[in-house]
Amino acid sequence: MKKNWWKALAVLIIFFVIVAGLVGPTPRLPILNESIRNVYFHVPLWFSMIVLLLTSAIYSGKYLRSGKTDHDRIAVEFTNTALVFGILGCLTGSVWANFTWGEPWPNDPKLNSVAVGMLLYFAYSILRGSFDDEQRRARISAVYNIFAFAVFVPLIFIVPRLTDSLHPGNGGNPAFGQYNMSSQMRPIFYIGVIGFTLLGVWITELRIRMRRIQAVLEDQEAI
Amino acid sequence: MTQSVRQICALMRKEFVLEWRQRYALNGMLLYIVGAVFVCYLSFNARRGQLTPIVWNTLFWIILLFTAINAVAKSFVQERAGRFLYYYTVASPLQIIVSKIIYNTVLMLVLSGLGFATYAFVLGNPVQDIALYIGSLVLGSVGFAASLTLIAGIAAKAENSATLMAVLSFPVVLPLLLMLLRVSKNALDGLDRSVSVDEIVTIVAIDAIVLVLSGLLFPFLWRS
Repeated sequence: MKKNWWKALAVLIIFFVIVAGLVGPTPRLPILNESIRNVYFHVPLWFSMIVLLLTSAIYSGKYLRSGKTDHDRIAVEFTNTALVFGILGCLTGSVWANFTWGEPWPNDPKLNSVAVGMLLYFAYSILRGSFDDEQRRARISAVYNIFAFAVFVPLIFIVPRLTDSLHPGNGGNPAFGQYNMSSQMRPIFYIGVIGFTLLGVWITELRIRMRRIQAVLEDQEAI
Repeated sequence: MTQSVRQICALMRKEFVLEWRQRYALNGMLLYIVGAVFVCYLSFNARRGQLTPIVWNTLFWIILLFTAINAVAKSFVQERAGRFLYYYTVASPLQIIVSKIIYNTVLMLVLSGLGFATYAFVLGNPVQDIALYIGSLVLGSVGFAASLTLIAGIAAKAENSATLMAVLSFPVVLPLLLMLLRVSKNALDGLDRSVSVDEIVTIVAIDAIVLVLSGLLFPFLWRS
């Protein structure tokens, strides 16, 4: 029970963010109108995706140091959850863009960067699929995972900032700090980031435990 | 220190000798880029200087990207596995990857130089700031060689490595390619060089990250 408090916290936070996000006060802004509430869902998804990918890269590094299969398993499941979050982030973004910018996929550097970032990690799963030997698969995909994260960071943080973007905080646009985040919104947003990250960790943990049990069962069958 | 430099030199010499002995592969690459340039020229059916600068520039970099992927992909496939085992007993993995990267950089410089010459010859040369354009070619060659060498090492370990090479390298090279396109476009328009400083710094930074990571990660790769 002692270890599970953060899961309860995750559920509470998500409920809080959904309720407060949908009924709480927001500033009236032109074009954005009520769609500003999406900031509570769309942006935290990206933040937690980046946290999950970072964790995955760290575990890949740990695997290369230790050679324990468990670390590899953890790294894979973190990327899988991050991919799911990334897809959800794209979907929520699409809905939002459809109402504010007029089309579901405007030609914006940030969107394109993210799409390429997703390609990077889809390639990761294809790479994993092309090995039969477990040790080899684990080691080579760990090498790729670290490399991919090192490319992902400039792709997400540097490339879009050098061009004009529709997103706030890019190409000379003010970031949310100055412009559409009123003081009532900011706490809910930050709590949302924590909540979605916890949720991601929880999903990942369940998947990891499932994989561990599967591995044990396979071992027993082999005997 | 001096000894390891000497070993790197020996390994590089081996790469060049090997390439020279299998000249058909090198000639194949040279013909590949000339052929690709010519296919594009004929497909557009454009007389000199008819392409807009953006199309001119983008087309050239895409040709270069595909050539780079093909050229670097063979750097690990070319040699048999048994021979690698031998290298690993005589040299450290760091020396092997450094020598491969330097060799691939030289190869890319030759290919991009030849590609640029042919391209400018058949499609006209609208570049206004030639020095900066050549600078971007050099930065691009280093970056392509560095990031693709490690990917080639990864892909060579898997079956079906040709597809994997393409799938893995497109997204990895893309940030670099976007920056290069921007710098070379600035050079093409003859903008003041201070405009491109940001991009050049980013390219150098990406090159550095990729080089360091290749050096750090390759030792784990070859053990398998």
